[in-house]
Amino acid sequence: MIKLSKDIKFSNFYKKLNFLSLILIIFSVLTLIFKGLNLGVDFKGGTLIEIRTEKSTTNIAEIRQSFLRMNLGDVTVKKFGKENDYLVKIEMIKSQDKDFIKKINEKLSADLSENINFRRVENVGPKVSSELMKAGLLAISLSLAAMLFYIWIRFEWQFSLAAIIALIHDVVITVGIFSFLSYEVNLSIVAAVLTIVGYSMNDTVVIFDRIRENLRKFSKVSIAEISDTSTNQTLSRTLITSVTTLLALLSIYIFGGAILKGFSFAMIIGVIIGTYSSIFVATPILNYTKVTQKSVLREDKENN
Amino acid sequence: MLYFSKVKLIIIYFIIIFFSLFSFSNFLDNKDFFLLSKKVNLGLDLQGGSYLLLEVDSVPVIEQKLQNKLITLRKSLKDKKLKYQSLKLHKQSITFQLLKDSIEDFETFFLNKDNSINSYYDQFKAYEMDYSITEIEDSSKNLITLNYSKFGVIEIKNSTLDHSLEIVRRRIDEVGTKEPTIIRRGNDRILVELPGLDNPNRIKNLLGKTANLTFRLVSEADDDFGSENLFFEDGENELRINKRVILSGDNLINARPSFDNRSNDTIVSFTLDRVGTKKFGRTTTKNVGKRLAIILDNKIISAPQIREPIVGGSGQISGDFTFQSATDLALLLRSGALPAPLNVIEERTVGPDLGEDSIKAGAISLIIGFVLVISYMLYKYRFFGIIADLALIVNLTLLLGILTILEATLTLPGIAGIILTVGMAVDANVLIFERIKEEMKTEKSNIHAFDTGYKRAQSAILDANITTLISAIILFFLGSGPVKGFAVTLGIGITTTLFCAYFFARHLSSIYVMKNKDKQIII
Repeated sequence: MIKLSKDIKFSNFYKKLNFLSLILIIFSVLTLIFKGLNLGVDFKGGTLIEIRTEKSTTNIAEIRQSFLRMNLGDVTVKKFGKENDYLVKIEMIKSQDKDFIKKINEKLSADLSENINFRRVENVGPKVSSELMKAGLLAISLSLAAMLFYIWIRFEWQFSLAAIIALIHDVVITVGIFSFLSYEVNLSIVAAVLTIVGYSMNDTVVIFDRIRENLRKFSKVSIAEISDTSTNQTLSRTLITSVTTLLALLSIYIFGGAILKGFSFAMIIGVIIGTYSSIFVATPILNYTKVTQKSVLREDKENN
Repeated sequence: MLYFSKVKLIIIYFIIIFFSLFSFSNFLDNKDFFLLSKKVNLGLDLQGGSYLLLEVDSVPVIEQKLQNKLITLRKSLKDKKLKYQSLKLHKQSITFQLLKDSIEDFETFFLNKDNSINSYYDQFKAYEMDYSITEIEDSSKNLITLNYSKFGVIEIKNSTLDHSLEIVRRRIDEVGTKEPTIIRRGNDRILVELPGLDNPNRIKNLLGKTANLTFRLVSEADDDFGSENLFFEDGENELRINKRVILSGDNLINARPSFDNRSNDTIVSFTLDRVGTKKFGRTTTKNVGKRLAIILDNKIISAPQIREPIVGGSGQISGDFTFQSATDLALLLRSGALPAPLNVIEERTVGPDLGEDSIKAGAISLIIGFVLVISYMLYKYRFFGIIADLALIVNLTLLLGILTILEATLTLPGIAGIILTVGMAVDANVLIFERIKEEMKTEKSNIHAFDTGYKRAQSAILDANITTLISAIILFFLGSGPVKGFAVTLGIGITTTLFCAYFFARHLSSIYVMKNKDKQIII
């Protein structure tokens, strides 16, 4: 363990790291605009099949060939988790044939001359996928709004502004990374983003709580100094909690199976960015908006 | 903050023991003692099974109802001596032309609350149908368009959905899958969950048929009622069939697969109700020698010749059946026809082997995550690490106990939620310990340092957990399927975390501090 010296001048890094954040955000937005997201069947509609072959000699090219012969439009086949497991995504959603899945299985089994096990089938119609998309976007916006509202009652406006900018920062960069890496975005990613919003807020609030407490105590100390002291005071908690959360998430990422990979990956990125943003995005904004003891005390009076 | 009254302690430990009991019941095989018989439900993604979302297509029902309306309307207009022209069905509405001077009479009749075709709903303060009047150029007539009002459509959808739900339930019950869930969603959807079923094809096929059975004569010449060409099930051969329905599936009281005595072919034998028996007897007596077509969903199953009058009220359907398809047809006939076609708009199926793998992976990652977090806390806090770890263990037991009592559904994301709780639960204790550490620097008395530490950490802990709880609640209401399970475990996990940090761990720390109040305590 590196012994952290008790007093790190975090405020010295604000400018440089804010610039870095800005670049990351611009980069994320550009990637989102030009590359877009790799939406899963949950949001785009279509069919997802997880298959397991019996023979380990079967290769991915044969499976692709077989699907190509079925004329199903755009089909992507990729390895998924273990040796003989593959994930097939069929974009075509027009098929109303009720035996659609059964026929695919029969043709595939015949082509590869072995019994193909369909371990998981997800078939989402266009109406449902657009509803899920709406519900997902609504959930994320609603949670941001709820956080804004909560912190607005608990803290002064400068704090709300800072917290919400930090949250948007976290969400945009996490989604941007998913876009850049072309990782699939499905329902569980929405769950991850919502949890990140909660976690990042949690982290920010702990520092803010201390800043407010210190502002009440010291009247002549500048906000920059107060931020530094408060961040230092809460630093070991911030790090310990991030470490335990990351340990839990890493365990899911490595041992939790292929289905939870995307979810835990998003969460890992989110926790790292969320921790970073509490110290280097949310807190600097308090400095820029010039929070003083007066603004805190004024609010205290109003609340009493 | 370090003092606990006896009553408080009793309540705290009672809660812990009470909920722990339920969490252990998951590992017992106890069915006799009702308190311990509860278990956490495994979601479809863990035990394998099928999730189907069906949408009722109410367009044909609306068209059918409008067709019936048209007939009554024609009669009513004649009775009222209103001269109408070109009365017809057009794109889900009825249109006709009426002389301008007759409009008022029509409105009086149509808006009368006791009229025969446009019911008035007291609950909505609205009519079943809307009408609009448009001018026709160079004519003394107006064009009147009738269609279902918003409320009329809601009524139709509701009754269609209720009826469909009943039929779906009967069909699935007949197949005999274990513990199916069949519930309505909104006003035109049915959610079906079939645990343990890894191949939903048969159910999908059964639900995909409206199963409208009719017996109609094969036309020889053009009859009064008119006739139409219908295909056989193979889609190649066709026959000209009389439009008059002699008997429909409604008159069937039983149907069962069996074998024909002579040819040994698989057939479906059926029994008719009293009315059906009479009708069938009459028709078969009159038409001996003619062919009778048996039609399911507008496709001919078979068209055998009537050899003799069938008056006993039972008969058989022959066709190109396998035993399976005869069984399914009998099942469809027994459970009745759907009022409208159903479409599968979402399907998620997980095979039992994948479910098992997911449980294993979930359990392994839970254990490893748990061990990692526990070891880290021990390393960071030594003795107080033990307190935090004990709190974590109690926390997990409570979490599982509450999930059991609520009979919540545990999904794979739900397990992820538990693991995440493990990682985040220690946060409350970390906040407290760190605060106490700080207080110890300035405070001489251990008791005081602990006391203020707990007090001062309180607001941060509450704020921090409420924010996560907000996310969990939103996810619970807007998430669907397995993701909902994540919201449940995360939400309950936060609550148990607060309880454990603030009551259980605090009590343990207080015992320790009281014993060592004069010694130096290192956190």
